[in-house]
Amino acid sequence: MPTYDYVPHAPGYVDNDGPKIVTSRFVHEDSHTLERYEATNGYEGLRRALDRTPADVHEEVRDAVVLGRGGAGFPAGVKWGFMPPGKFPYYLVVNGDESEPGTYKDRLLMERDPHQLIEGCLITCYALGLSQCFLYVRGEMPAAQENLAQALNEAYAKGYVGKNIMGTEFSVDITLTWGAGAYIVGEETALIESLEGNRGMPRLKPPFFPAAIGLYGQPTIVNNVETLSNLPWLLVNGFEQYKAHGSEASPGSRMVAVSGHVNRPGVYEIEQGVTTFRDLLYGDNFCRGIRNDNELKMFVPGGGSAPWFFPEQLDLPLEGRTVGAEGSMLGSGAIMVMDETTDAVKAALRLVRFYARESCGKCTPCREGTTWEERILQRILDGEGRPSDIDKLLDIADNISPGPYPVAADPSQGLDAVPFPPKQTTICPLGPSSVAPITSTIRRFRHEYEAKITKRDSIPVMAAPMSSDPVEVG
Amino acid sequence: MSYFTAENLETAHEIISRYPRKKSALIPLLHLAQEQEGWVTDNAMRQIAELADTTPAEVKGTGSFYEMFKFHPVGAYMINVCTNLACQLLGGEELLAHAEESLGIKAGGTTADGMFTIEDVECIAACTEAPCLQVNYRYKLRLTADDLDQLIDDIRNGRATDIPEHGTLGLVRQHIPAGAGAGIVAPEQATERPVWLARNDAAAEGREG
Ligand SMILES: Cc1cc2nc3c(=O)[nH]c(=O)nc-3n(C[C@H](O)[C@H](O)[C@H](O)COP(=O)(O)O)c2cc1C
Ligand code: SF4
Ligand code: FES
Repeated sequence: MPTYDYVPHAPGYVDNDGPKIVTSRFVHEDSHTLERYEATNGYEGLRRALDRTPADVHEEVRDAVVLGRGGAGFPAGVKWGFMPPGKFPYYLVVNGDESEPGTYKDRLLMERDPHQLIEGCLITCYALGLSQCFLYVRGEMPAAQENLAQALNEAYAKGYVGKNIMGTEFSVDITLTWGAGAYIVGEETALIESLEGNRGMPRLKPPFFPAAIGLYGQPTIVNNVETLSNLPWLLVNGFEQYKAHGSEASPGSRMVAVSGHVNRPGVYEIEQGVTTFRDLLYGDNFCRGIRNDNELKMFVPGGGSAPWFFPEQLDLPLEGRTVGAEGSMLGSGAIMVMDETTDAVKAALRLVRFYARESCGKCTPCREGTTWEERILQRILDGEGRPSDIDKLLDIADNISPGPYPVAADPSQGLDAVPFPPKQTTICPLGPSSVAPITSTIRRFRHEYEAKITKRDSIPVMAAPMSSDPVEVG
Repeated sequence: MSYFTAENLETAHEIISRYPRKKSALIPLLHLAQEQEGWVTDNAMRQIAELADTTPAEVKGTGSFYEMFKFHPVGAYMINVCTNLACQLLGGEELLAHAEESLGIKAGGTTADGMFTIEDVECIAACTEAPCLQVNYRYKLRLTADDLDQLIDDIRNGRATDIPEHGTLGLVRQHIPAGAGAGIVAPEQATERPVWLARNDAAAEGREG
């Protein structure tokens, strides 16, 4: 029996008996070379695409229902159809900015299989008549930059990229470009600003839906690295084979990173919509349970921006619509697991601090709100909390995200789930994301907050009644 | 006054040629400047402005948005410890505290000899390998306090040859050989319908006919 486990040259990746749509080459140490790529069906998807009409290739992607893997889970084939006809040039921007807390998969795809991504870009450019592709890699990822540069240089030399690709009239250039450290640039309109040489601040949607008004004001498709990495396999195997994987509503596979208090944290390619959180956290093929046989306290199901889940949600499949209805999102495939020893307030603070640091400052509820959230959580954690702080946190949250915020059901309190997504008073979803850790933990572990707050209150010196609580000034 | 070396100036022109508009090259050019000196000087920004047809204020305006660009000298080795949630759960903050103690500086600070800077950073996409850090953006995974001390010792004694000095990112650069490119032009010069889309017309006619 083969032993499946970590692969040393792809740190964190666990080779198991799951699907191998995007990670098929990871077991090979030279998976990033053109030689290995060509020896393992490389550029065959592009070859087959070029034997068909562009519209036909688009149709294949639409039929396969390739859900976006960058966060929102929107079907790529449908998004591709939103470009206004005839308004050339059209552009492709590849989102390789991976920086959502807990997310680790695009970097592996760029480092370990750069040709697969390049081929995915070429198929997209062919299908849609795109004039140029920009591969935007996070600045802090030199190995990904290096392997992609090497792969592009090889691909240009062999005529896979550039002028008259594979001897046809299809010609397109791919420009490799790096960011420089700013989470918000992962948001697609901020990414476009950055690519235009500006500060990475999101644009107002509407009117700036990139497919209509994107890079240099031209129609622009923004897709995630993993999304595009699926296309070579799809074009070789066809949409029916693709749909044989995963569930009806969420076909194909998905890469997920499971981190935190599990026995075997790792990056896994799973059946989308089929594998459950319980399989993932406890299964022998996956993370093999919580460390030291501890109890599971809570987990983040889809990256730092996702409302948290608890043991009651373990049997949900990793299926976008289901998870959305249950109050969270699959987001970027990042699952962070926390056992019973975890301080809920401290964990929430750490994510909130992230949003406070990364807020671009363009809109007030987010810029001011995230800062206040961080300060209040910090003082609660430091034992300096005030009795009104819990309400104050919820009030600030309501300013950023009015109305009931998405949250998981809590049967012990008889509380139902509030479905995703949240409402927002902000330009982009970063501000609302900062609310997720707060509402998730207050609803569930209010007693932990209160315990920290009353510890200070119990000091018998003139405990102020709530009404005379001092009003903060910024 | 020219900032870039002759070789880097050539690289700068090549970088600019890969974008439809010059200003799009600002971030790559700032990286190139930082690679040359370890940080971004005023002189560098003046030349970048000239090269990209914009003003030094625009260059600084864009550059200062991004965490990685340093507008003052920093250590030759930047140690970025991740303390975001997945790492925090497995000792990221303790690792940062250990780094601070071993080097005698706080996060954000630089050692007196200009050798090390420590930063407390957000998720670096290696969460399953926590706790982890980057030295000049090269990953060190599942690190113990002892591993960290060993790493610092290796750097001090010139044994960390796999880590270039601060400012250098990917060691391989993209290069489009002459004549191999499809042709990168400004959007105003690319308003024609791409030729291969004509393949759709034949198919559409076929369906109709
Ligand atoms: C604050 C914020 C950060 C984001 N960061 C990323 C990112 O790092 N990578 C990514 O692919 N998408 C990110 N997204 C989602 C993108 O805006 C966009 O939806 C996605 O790249 C589209 O690609 P897809 O349809 O293939 O998923 C982010 C969104 C927001 C609001
Ligand atoms: S929500 Fe926050 S990050 Fe998004 S545009 Fe507003 S200030 Fe910037
Ligand atoms: S949280 Fe530390 S690498 Fe992601």
